[in-house]
Amino acid sequence: MTAIPLGHLLVLGAVLFTIGLVGVLTRRNVLVLLMSVELMLNAVNLTLVAFSRYHGWTEGHVLAFFIIAVAAAEAAVGLAMVLAVFRIKGTVWIDDLKLLKR
Amino acid sequence: MSAELVIFYVLAAGAVGSAAAMLLPTTGRNPIHSALLLIAALFCLAGLYALLSAHLLTALQIIVYAGAIMVLFTFVIMLLNLSPNEILPAKLTLTKIVAGVLGLFVFGKLLTALTIASAGAKAVDLADPVYANYGTIKTVGRMLYSTFMVPFELASVLLLVAAVAAVALAKKSLKYVDAPVPPPAKLTRLAHKGDDHDAEAGDGHHGGGHH
Repeated sequence: MTAIPLGHLLVLGAVLFTIGLVGVLTRRNVLVLLMSVELMLNAVNLTLVAFSRYHGWTEGHVLAFFIIAVAAAEAAVGLAMVLAVFRIKGTVWIDDLKLLKR
Repeated sequence: MSAELVIFYVLAAGAVGSAAAMLLPTTGRNPIHSALLLIAALFCLAGLYALLSAHLLTALQIIVYAGAIMVLFTFVIMLLNLSPNEILPAKLTLTKIVAGVLGLFVFGKLLTALTIASAGAKAVDLADPVYANYGTIKTVGRMLYSTFMVPFELASVLLLVAAVAAVALAKKSLKYVDAPVPPPAKLTRLAHKGDDHDAEAGDGHHGGGHH
């Protein structure tokens, strides 16, 4: 038996997800924006693990494993894109990156 | 209050605190500070996974997230060498107000959904022999290689594609090598300063030569 109520864990997941969402919407630095996305993915992982623990499932852990794999792929490609854009435009501020042409 | 609950509150406060500090204009001003705070939040989440008996995910969280992804982030931040001048002043804009309202809305919706989902939930007893290996590498790995075989292979293909794409994107593209790259405003200013210094030094040397 775990002493932590499921509601506590889910509220924590919701708080972290909301912080990540607000971060994605407000921060203007592409790197911090990507970090906020990582935070949102982690909040989802916490929710999955909490539900798995309460129902005795392993499927939630497997899904969280896949989310970590996707997050790794996303970070690699995203940071490569940031590097490529920085090389061309000389900035990581999304306010300066609103044109499709160079 | 049991020890488990105390640990939960400490870890939850750590995770929420560092996550919020990551985004505040004061502490999150420098991207490297944001990255370090996110690493702290990820470690707190790893502790929470351990508390929930997700042993494999605890290890993965530390190895993959704190060890690989965040190291990549810090490398890129240091590689780009963003000076503090590039950090914009914190001011309340329409975007931030809209983001706050939207965040509150989503949070409210999440709370109602999660309240319904968690109503009357009672945790299974892990002392039961059925759950003897709950959350271990053995259990999760066995499920990964049987029920989730195809998604697992697809995930490996995804990672391969991502690695190739990252290399292809990040390598110097020959198309842009000769094109004039507009330097950021600050760099030009710094370069000017350097030029002035050089010019002064050169003049001094030159004058000395004349003497």
